[in-house]
Amino acid sequence: MSDIAFRDVTRVFQRDGTDFLTLDHISFDVRDREFVALVGPSGCGKTTCLRMAAGLEFPTSGTVSVGGKPVERPGPDRAVVFQQFALFPWKNVYENIDFGLRSKGMPEAARRERIARQVELMGLQGYESAYPHQLSGGMQQRVAIARSYVLDPDVLLMDEPFGALDAQTRVVMQEELIKLSRVNPRTVLFITHAVDEAVFLADRVAVMTRRPGRIREIVDVAKVREAEHWDRYERTEEVMDQESFVHLRTRIWRMLREQQPQEAALET
Amino acid sequence: MIALGATDTLSFRRWLALSLAGLMAFFGIWWITAASGAVPPQFLPTPLAVFERFVALTQSPFVGYTLQQHLASSFGRFALGFGLAAAIGVPLGLLMGWFRWLDAVVTPLFDALRFIAPIAWVPFAALWFGTGIGGPVLIIFSGAFPPCVINAYRGAKYVEPRLIEAAQTLGASHLRMIVEVLLPASVPSIVAGLRISAGLGWQSLVGAELIVASSGIGYLLVKGQSNISTAIVMSGMIAIGIVGFTIDALLRMLERRINRRRGR
Repeated sequence: MSDIAFRDVTRVFQRDGTDFLTLDHISFDVRDREFVALVGPSGCGKTTCLRMAAGLEFPTSGTVSVGGKPVERPGPDRAVVFQQFALFPWKNVYENIDFGLRSKGMPEAARRERIARQVELMGLQGYESAYPHQLSGGMQQRVAIARSYVLDPDVLLMDEPFGALDAQTRVVMQEELIKLSRVNPRTVLFITHAVDEAVFLADRVAVMTRRPGRIREIVDVAKVREAEHWDRYERTEEVMDQESFVHLRTRIWRMLREQQPQEAALET
Repeated sequence: MIALGATDTLSFRRWLALSLAGLMAFFGIWWITAASGAVPPQFLPTPLAVFERFVALTQSPFVGYTLQQHLASSFGRFALGFGLAAAIGVPLGLLMGWFRWLDAVVTPLFDALRFIAPIAWVPFAALWFGTGIGGPVLIIFSGAFPPCVINAYRGAKYVEPRLIEAAQTLGASHLRMIVEVLLPASVPSIVAGLRISAGLGWQSLVGAELIVASSGIGYLLVKGQSNISTAIVMSGMIAIGIVGFTIDALLRMLERRINRRRGR
């Protein structure tokens, strides 16, 4: 079991001697092998939630636990895919993917085999010896995802992983992520501020309020997806055309818009 | 008139032409001053006289050695002092950039010591090592060490946090963090530090040899002075300039190469 549990999590930031409450008593779960997307206005603390699950930040009060144990430090059991990819520029594709495996102390032959499988899965064949700066943004993100997937982590934490990609690449990557999660489902916490993306990918969508961040509502997408058989459709745009999809998306949109009474500007 | 402000870029040709013009102006003024007899030749020989003396020094020994041998012995000391400074300074700087406690232990001591100019180490070096190899090496080390530490430290401190976090989430140990993340990320800063370090080391070397050596280019200068030969002194200074320039040019090449390889 590797669920993520946020229990009564509060986080206070200090800047210039003033306290800022960024997360206000948040409680929610990502169940074992469930895909949860966290959406909310900018600055609502979504990324902070993810970083706390990763062990890169810690709650001011409350607990974040993974698999029943409070998170104390980062580790390869909880792989993170960052928005800006964070590939090592001095390592080639193969070496980047190998980085985490080497921490596990796996023998070289086994590592090579796993990397080869991952490279194939992500369509990176022939690019093993390329350096990140020689690759397009989409390819770089594939490498970043491969670097996480290859560890076979219990938990996958993705912080707007497609945010820096152009619209077309983004759709391709979303479809691939869906395929991958069907082959090998994992516990995923996925941050985005694109509502479409959240509804398309997630089993449940947790909607946050603006700062101080609270969970406004958790929307069960999987129920609708199964009832309406979205899986029949191969392509993103077909799913997104479904009335049930549009309906869910609009519902979540409204919740988000209510968070911004003064400024109408809301990012997609 | 063409304005050549800081924002204008020069073509290589124009840059070369202007550099040559500067050199020619320097030698021209020198020549005219010396040839006019305004300054006695003992104090200011003509460029030609210095050149002749320079060539003579490369062919027949002065105070035991030819100019090349003096330079070789200087360069040996320099290589040893600079090599030690880099071999100790760079790892120390990286470690200080990673372990805060080490930073706290070392920084106050280091900040106090680095304000002792290399030349101020001379009496201490002379007491400890006499005219042996240790004295000059210590003095060069004292000049070359701080830039190695400081640049490796800065390099490690300014690594993009997301790369450090990525390595942490991938389970990197302290050792791998330093060797595989901090070090490669800091290479441009480290190489820039090595350039400064080599320059300071080479300058300190000559200072050291003025006092605690019985061979080397600094020693040649002192002996030239006691022989009241301005031509010898100036030949030695020119040799120092040429070698220093060459060391810097080599390191600059290395720096460019590394930066280019990283697609900058």
